[in-house]
Amino acid sequence: MKAYHKVLMMIASLSLGLLFLFPMWKIYLKAPQYPEGLEMHIWVNKIAGDTEGAIQNFNILNHYIGMEPIHADSFAELKIMPYIVIFFMVTGIVVALLGKRKLVLSWTVLLMIGGAVGIADFYLWLVKFGTNLDPTAPIKVPGMTYVPPLFGNKTLLNFEALSLPAWGSFGIFLAILLAALVYFFSRNTVQAKATKKVLA
Amino acid sequence: MKSIFTTLKKAAPAAAFTLAMAGGAALQSCSSGPGEGSATAAGVASDAAQAVYVAPGKHDEYYSFLSGGFNGQMSVYGLPSGRLLKIMPVFTQHAENGYGYSEESKAMLMTSHGFVPWDDLHHPKLSRTNGMTDGRWLFANGNNTPRVARVDLSTFETVEIMEIPNSAGNHCSPYPTDNNEYVIAGTRFSVPLDMKGGTADVSMDEYKDKFRGSISFIKVDPEKGDMDLDFQILVPGFDYDLANGGKGPSSDWVFFTTYNTERSGTLKELGASQNDRDYLAAVNWKLAAKYAAEGKAKEMPAYYYHNKMDKDSHIAKSTIKKSVRYLLPEDCPGMMYLIPAPKSPHGIDVDPSGEHMVVSGKLAATIPVFSFSKMQDAIKNKEFDGEINGIPVFKYESVLKAEVKEPGLGPLHTEFDGKGNAYTSMFVSSEIVKWKLSDFTVVDRMPVYYSVGHLMIPGGDTHTPDGKYLVAMNKITKDRYLPTGPELSHSAQLIDISGEKMRMLLDFPTVAEPHYAQAIKAEKVAPNSVKFYDLAKNKHPHAVKKEADASVTREGNVVRVKMTAIRSHMTPDNIEGVQVGDTVLFHVTNLEQDWDVPHGFAVMGANNAETLIMPGATQTLKWVPKKEGVYPFYCTDFCSALHQEMQGYIRVSPKGSKTPIAFSTGKKKQNIPGTASAK
Repeated sequence: MKAYHKVLMMIASLSLGLLFLFPMWKIYLKAPQYPEGLEMHIWVNKIAGDTEGAIQNFNILNHYIGMEPIHADSFAELKIMPYIVIFFMVTGIVVALLGKRKLVLSWTVLLMIGGAVGIADFYLWLVKFGTNLDPTAPIKVPGMTYVPPLFGNKTLLNFEALSLPAWGSFGIFLAILLAALVYFFSRNTVQAKATKKVLA
Repeated sequence: MKSIFTTLKKAAPAAAFTLAMAGGAALQSCSSGPGEGSATAAGVASDAAQAVYVAPGKHDEYYSFLSGGFNGQMSVYGLPSGRLLKIMPVFTQHAENGYGYSEESKAMLMTSHGFVPWDDLHHPKLSRTNGMTDGRWLFANGNNTPRVARVDLSTFETVEIMEIPNSAGNHCSPYPTDNNEYVIAGTRFSVPLDMKGGTADVSMDEYKDKFRGSISFIKVDPEKGDMDLDFQILVPGFDYDLANGGKGPSSDWVFFTTYNTERSGTLKELGASQNDRDYLAAVNWKLAAKYAAEGKAKEMPAYYYHNKMDKDSHIAKSTIKKSVRYLLPEDCPGMMYLIPAPKSPHGIDVDPSGEHMVVSGKLAATIPVFSFSKMQDAIKNKEFDGEINGIPVFKYESVLKAEVKEPGLGPLHTEFDGKGNAYTSMFVSSEIVKWKLSDFTVVDRMPVYYSVGHLMIPGGDTHTPDGKYLVAMNKITKDRYLPTGPELSHSAQLIDISGEKMRMLLDFPTVAEPHYAQAIKAEKVAPNSVKFYDLAKNKHPHAVKKEADASVTREGNVVRVKMTAIRSHMTPDNIEGVQVGDTVLFHVTNLEQDWDVPHGFAVMGANNAETLIMPGATQTLKWVPKKEGVYPFYCTDFCSALHQEMQGYIRVSPKGSKTPIAFSTGKKKQNIPGTASAK
């Protein structure tokens, strides 16, 4: 691997740091009486919103339909995930320093699997919150569940919910993309080595 | 009718004046049919509807703040639509939101006379930066029990009220200088001062010798806005009516109209109208402040209240002030002068250039315009015509610039458009008159309905008027609206002054008397408007920030209920152990951290009012049950779909009952978001 491959690989692992600066996912709610909208921000280590009171406001609205209140303590993932991200960042830098092409591939595949698991976990939570409703809730619509969309928008009673990945997820995407590019561009360096071997 | 009027005016102003006073009603009645108002369409612009139409969901271009006069409040209207946005209680209890009833706000209305739950609010004045309105605060006067209030325009709440000692009828108030260095308040009624902070027990026959007026100089903290009475000037015993600060070259000066310079103590209607000339008082406030700072001020004992609302706890606290500094004009040369002005003047208005002082003498046939530069020369050349209490009196001609001839009848108040024009309200002839500052000639007239008092142009009293609209505030409406019994509303009329000719656009009834008003571009105020209070910063000693901390405790005869409110329940909502005769204090904290979700609290049989609690704030309602039984309480502000369910019960047992204090919300573990998410 050439020096610029190593640098690119380092950038790939560092771009995961975006997860600590920006939310991974955003859920936007809009309703007639919420012209200013209401946003839930899912971070790698916390659940927050566009304002201090956003999560409380989500919970107030959700309690009418019997949804369990959302708060950071209920998600063990939020405690583990930061370590997983740090693990990927550290190993990514090590991979860059070692400059082994195969390690780049393994790192990229592992990160892709990690990302997929994360999305699957997120979806399961959405389903759990959207379907596990308190039978004593004041508002009960027969057959109605309130699973927010994973991606894109969906109408839930008076609310229109829109769910989109945010800059944090872009960090994962960038890491995978850059690492894959490193793997791709560095193919000649390996071939060159192989050729050298043959000639010798 | 109009032409007869004009002819009469031109021929003999005095005669026309008499006619108008006596015959106004008759003249009006001849053209009004059984239904709609006389001259309904006169002067109304053909595109008026379009000009004032603000489409649903759109915002007005201006905030206007119309005083409520005798209701002691202030109303906020959007312009040009005339939509009422809010009524802000200032000097009057407001059962609607608990202002003056809640335990937190009662102290705002405390005075040296005890709790005074009403006042007469005449003049709102916006705070200023470099002579321009800055949209931070609104000052207002309490006329009856002399007070000056400050409203914070980030919350639209009254945050400070200062009582003015040695004053009676705080009408000539409150006038801010260019950077709110001082807010100035003059007394309308002179009173016999006992020089111990009160009025002396003297016969009214001694008016001429014993009665004095005062002008108060209130310092304003440039950052926080907090007021402090720095000093007063004790002035001759006239009636001080209105004031206006200088601008540009005259910005060190403030001018006051006076009447009853005859110093009559009875039937002032006649007694105060004998002299052909009263005075315009000119005070160099910078020099006055210098004299006060350099030790010319004496100190006398006083007793007056200063009430401030703490922004973190929303609790008002009163401080009693025990002394006041004062200056005497006779000790302070160059500080004060008197300019003879037509009898019983009302408005004094300095034009944006700072050169012209316009005096609207309501009984005068012309509008005299005085010159600031001539006044400076007159001071230099000592062109005086005697003195009163050591205050030099100028010769009328030495300070006069010009007189506006045949302006109309009963000129009251003048404001400016910043384009070289002045607009004067005519109380008796019910019209707005536009005249030029260049040659002092009348160029346009617009009838208004009826008996206009003050008028207002946004910034029309500052360096930089915004000459687009003019609001005329009318005292009498008679046939203008659907009749509502003997008591009719006053009105405001919106006039387009952007062109050569004035155009009548809109007419809307007002809350109580719109005595005077201020207006400001919405963009100077709206972006700072607070949406809710930060619960984490709530420093109320009895606030509870999560439902788990709600409590009911007995302290002797006092039962303290620390309650929370959040959509759509109160915690606790079942309370027991209260006894007949207990003083129950409901400290209700609104846990919401969302825009436009106030909760209300009311309990059956309360002898005060309800209270509205803004998100993040705590308010306290006192309740003394007189009979045993079960009493419901509930949320009064429609907060949510389950607002009707937001209610609870408090059980009252006989005195000495064994029922212990107990409280709860819900029977088993329930989904309660306040507990779940409040930190």
